[in-house]
Amino acid sequence: MGTAGKPSLAVWKFASCDGCQLTLLNCEDELLSIAGAVTIAYFPEATRAVVEGPYDVSLVEGSVTTPHDAERIQQIRAMSGTLVTIGACATAGGIQALRNLGDVREFRSVVYAHPEYVETLDRSTPIAAHVSVDHELRGCPIDKRQLLELLAALLAGRKPRIPTYSVCIECKERGNVCVAVADGTPCLGPVTQAGCGALCPSFARGCYGCFGPQDSANLPSMTRRLRAQGMSEPQVIRLYRTFNTGAEAFRAESQRVVSGSTAGTATAEEVST
Amino acid sequence: MTGAHTLALDDLQELIDILSSRGYSVLGPTVVDGAIDIRPLTSVSQLPHGWGDEQDGAHYRLRRRGDDAVFGFACGAQSAKPVFFPADELLWRSRSGPDGPQIDRPDDDRPDDDRYGPPYAVLGLRSCDLAAIRIHDRVLTGRAVADAHYATRRTDSVIIAVTCTDPAGTCFCVSMDTGPVPSEGFDIALTELYADGPHRFVARPGSPRGAELLERLAARDATDEDLAHAASVGEQAAQRMGRRLDDTNLKNILYDNAESAVWDDVADRCLSCGNCTLVCPTCFCTSITDVSDLAGATSERHRVWDSCFSADYSYIHGGAVRESTRSRYRQWMTHKLAAWKDQFGTSGCVGCGRCITWCPAAIDITAEAGELRRVAEHREERRARQP
Ligand code: SF4
Ligand code: SF4
Ligand code: SF4
Ligand code: SF4
Repeated sequence: MGTAGKPSLAVWKFASCDGCQLTLLNCEDELLSIAGAVTIAYFPEATRAVVEGPYDVSLVEGSVTTPHDAERIQQIRAMSGTLVTIGACATAGGIQALRNLGDVREFRSVVYAHPEYVETLDRSTPIAAHVSVDHELRGCPIDKRQLLELLAALLAGRKPRIPTYSVCIECKERGNVCVAVADGTPCLGPVTQAGCGALCPSFARGCYGCFGPQDSANLPSMTRRLRAQGMSEPQVIRLYRTFNTGAEAFRAESQRVVSGSTAGTATAEEVST
Repeated sequence: MTGAHTLALDDLQELIDILSSRGYSVLGPTVVDGAIDIRPLTSVSQLPHGWGDEQDGAHYRLRRRGDDAVFGFACGAQSAKPVFFPADELLWRSRSGPDGPQIDRPDDDRPDDDRYGPPYAVLGLRSCDLAAIRIHDRVLTGRAVADAHYATRRTDSVIIAVTCTDPAGTCFCVSMDTGPVPSEGFDIALTELYADGPHRFVARPGSPRGAELLERLAARDATDEDLAHAASVGEQAAQRMGRRLDDTNLKNILYDNAESAVWDDVADRCLSCGNCTLVCPTCFCTSITDVSDLAGATSERHRVWDSCFSADYSYIHGGAVRESTRSRYRQWMTHKLAAWKDQFGTSGCVGCGRCITWCPAAIDITAEAGELRRVAEHREERRARQP
């Protein structure tokens, strides 16, 4: 418990861009209520004050990419009551999981003047690959309403309403006209988990999957539909290999398309260029 | 039919004005983001003048008709379902007060609710949409416990229906005996005439209220020629169905073929996205969800659309009953085309074709039902031939 019997909240950063933590700071209208309901005990992005653990709730942003971080997440798990991963990096390894498809040593020697100073793992892995996770919020970045819903649910001791069905459901709830059907725009909504409120289709854009796979994603069928809409195999592979390239359903399908593709038109190298 | 009048577009405007002045929220078809859908309507200029549509599996496009028809398209993106049975309905809200929790009913909030509230007048509904409303009335208000929220939205609603003149490639109301000419469940039914003579609408009253509204318009009585014309428009539309569904014995075929390989084949294509159920005018599955605020001072109970294609929908202690997409598609079609008949006395499908058009994987209920029948009958024949 934090001060005055309020639960304590800590926010941790691993390999990430800080965008998800910023979502918490962007809750301008609600920040006072949050501050009233919890003791913000550790949140370097927002305050230098540090209250020592243990913490009732830890929000973890970012993926594990260094040996040091692999140890640090164990310590955080040990001193956290409820551990929530936030964002595509923490839940799937993030865009940096593209390294999982290549040779990290080679990247390192090309990019850095002194590669010997850089200590890094071969793979970018989600937090759940290291410790047990109680709840996850998807997205790049996460959705503010989902974050508030999660915090409110944890405070009330109820189940958070974080649906794992498709983005299409939110699209229809909003009364959007489907961009895939009415315009032929490729859209990953059918295989992507809801949570954003169907943001991209609401602005006449196709969903590009930043919330990762929905609970019953049928990727091979999605690939056939995207191909029928005129996407080339390299384009399809690139669509699966973004923020959630490390999410198992997207990873496996992009790999399947790569290995099944004709005449080597879609090698990993070509796709990454 | 007695009391039929012939209206001009200006008369439709007057009808909208009368309904608005009587406190109705008037809704009707208009072009929204590349499709026709139902939205609040104040002027006939918002109707889809000169627009038709082109519909097929996973395909919808507006097309220019080359004439001035305002109802020259088939069913739009949604039926009247979002009007009478909205995607998210606040059931009640509780606030902590000095004397304990205080419960507000949603009606108490109406003023700060920016949604168009009841009573509703919906213009331009199709015969298939009316059949779907009858089904919802039966399901939601005709059983032991009526759905009070739905009943409130339906009470005093005015329905102005339209005969389809140009059915889409996915329409099959004729197979389901639900269209294309509205036969019941409307206050006024319009048939648009534009091919010969001036652009006009033959209006039939379907209720005393509809008759009273038509009298108010001071439009001329429909001539015998106009009536004959209107009848032939409906007959021609019935000849131009894009799809067909053979409903004969379909219930038993579905019940007897729960393990058919056809389900595996659909599951291979089905994205389990839920679009079919949310555009279906008769699907009514919902979840109840509770939300509370950070301070724990307010909590709300909502009824939200859900779908038998979502894993959580069949979740009970220990896991989801329908884990596989195969079992979800089978559940959907078997309920719609078979169990519905036992449960509510009609098919759950009115033949609008929306689930075909708006399925991103182009799965076609008429084709799947046909394939199930073909495979089942083939098996029966083989069995019969065996000694
Ligand atoms: S626009 Fe995309 S997310 Fe929305 S219903 Fe269509 S396919 Fe689904
Ligand atoms: S099952 Fe399909 S065709 Fe039948 S009523 Fe529903 S959406 Fe329309
Ligand atoms: S199914 Fe029949 S009534 Fe419905 S839009 Fe098509 S033609 Fe009209
Ligand atoms: S049948 Fe089509 S619309 Fe329905 S869940 Fe499957 S893919 Fe989605």
